[in-house]
Amino acid sequence: MSLTVDEVRHVARLARLALSDDELEALRGQLADILAYAEKVGEVAVDGVPATSHAYPLANVLREDQPRPSLAAEDAISSAPQAEDGRFHVPRIVGEQA
Amino acid sequence: MSVDLVTRTAAELRDQMSAGEVSAVEVVGAHLARARAVDTEINAFLKLMDEQALDHAADIDRRRAAGEALGPLAGVPLALKDILATAGIETTCGSRILEHYRPNYDATAVQRLRAADAVVIGKTNMDEFAMGSSTENSAFGPTRNPWDTDRVPGGSSGGSTAAVAAFAAPLGIGTDTGGSIRQPAALCGLVGMKPTYGRVSRYGLIAFASSLDQVGPIARSVTDAALLHSAIAGPDPLDSTSIPTPAEDVMASLDRGLDGLRVGVVAEFMGEGMAEGVRARVTEAIARMEKLGAEVVDVSLPHVSYGVPAYYLIAPSECSSNLSRYDGVRYGMRVDGDTAEQMMARTRAAGFGAEVKRRIMVGTYALSAGYYDAYYAQAQRVRTLISRDFSKAYERCDILVSATSPTTAFPLGEKTADPLAMYLNDIYTIPSNLAGAPALSLPVGLDDQGLPVGLQIMAPVLAEPVLFQAARALEADLGFDPTPRGPNAVTAPS
Repeated sequence: MSLTVDEVRHVARLARLALSDDELEALRGQLADILAYAEKVGEVAVDGVPATSHAYPLANVLREDQPRPSLAAEDAISSAPQAEDGRFHVPRIVGEQA
Repeated sequence: MSVDLVTRTAAELRDQMSAGEVSAVEVVGAHLARARAVDTEINAFLKLMDEQALDHAADIDRRRAAGEALGPLAGVPLALKDILATAGIETTCGSRILEHYRPNYDATAVQRLRAADAVVIGKTNMDEFAMGSSTENSAFGPTRNPWDTDRVPGGSSGGSTAAVAAFAAPLGIGTDTGGSIRQPAALCGLVGMKPTYGRVSRYGLIAFASSLDQVGPIARSVTDAALLHSAIAGPDPLDSTSIPTPAEDVMASLDRGLDGLRVGVVAEFMGEGMAEGVRARVTEAIARMEKLGAEVVDVSLPHVSYGVPAYYLIAPSECSSNLSRYDGVRYGMRVDGDTAEQMMARTRAAGFGAEVKRRIMVGTYALSAGYYDAYYAQAQRVRTLISRDFSKAYERCDILVSATSPTTAFPLGEKTADPLAMYLNDIYTIPSNLAGAPALSLPVGLDDQGLPVGLQIMAPVLAEPVLFQAARALEADLGFDPTPRGPNAVTAPS
């Protein structure tokens, strides 16, 4: 298992982490070590074995669709780093370079 | 007077208060004073809530005087891990990115504690977003072990365990995704229990790995842990993974003893990698269980060695998804940028610590195009096989036992440079998270350095009563003294 710095940079972009060159280089080795260890799961034969996502059998937990009070708009934005006119304020997104 | 109060168990304090021997204000005041005195040595608390706690205690005293019915933990002080949302009170999760975050609501577990009339005296330190086994990953400095302040308390619930071990509170709340209640309980000489997945609501528990996270009790006695579990367990319509049936009664069977119980010793957990001092105490504890009437058998969990590898795919994958919510928009810190993406990437790079970034990166990689089947999907299937191993073992026994952690408390800094070595702390605890089953750590003695050793007792899904029953019987026989002692121990209560 080995990774290039470009591969690590690509993953950091997917994860929206603006990492420094030093961090990328350190993570290159650490990710390779951790993934090489985790890849041991590949040794296990799992043909026909279903995946477990929840240990207790629960499916489609439903409730009556009844109106009830919810968080007020001013409370919902009360923790925002930047808000304006009752809305979250973010830098321009439309027209942003991909 | 105050020495007397802080060394009492929750059950004793509750009885003294209801008999009118002492007020809630006196009990809470004594614990706040102890917490403040001891925190300069151990850094267990991120926030002490003197004013709210004393107001709450005064209200309980007033209601008691008026003859009102009070909850089962009325006036008992409690240390709350800073991963649970508290309305209007900072909830940081040990992270810079949430440093000044004040939730709009209480977690369900917090609401239930309030309904039980327990008094939250403070929010406790933790590994950032519960990712760690030493509490060294907190953005607000490490917590130290009350038994030896040069050593770690374990983690990630190390703040709550250090607080309870140091007599700052008789009860603590932790959360456990891969061992984060049981391992620090073991390293601090306490009882800690991870309930069945879904038994305690996750509403208001800041998510790390949603299919594994669970809230649970920490205490200096089995009875106290059972009382605390009883207060928080049960269905919750606000958590769709909550088990809809009423919680099992863990108090009624507490004193039924070990006679006739079938105890399985997990062969794979008795091999290499365990410190000799841990092995000695665990072996002795198993012999005591046999002497108390248990039938001890050897069992095998053939796939359990794949538990840690599976966990380090599943947990980072889920965390990389869960932590995408920290984007500098709705709450938490923000670092400005010219574009939305730049703002988000800069915010996250500045707000998260090294271990959190590492796990987000592992998870993002494991879930990225072309790798999903080989990593996450494969790990989820291995998880099924581990659950089946447990089911097979429980055909022959009622409970399983092992060490909780392969070592006792280790020195600060010893494992911070080697993430994989740190991950192996949880080798015995992770399988119960993967199986969604309950497990408890009970202190069973000290190693030759005078550090506590924990025995892990595991049980089938929703078999919490037998866990507490077995632990209570062994506790009564061993008579472990939870008072930290030794040359580097925290200052005794005075």
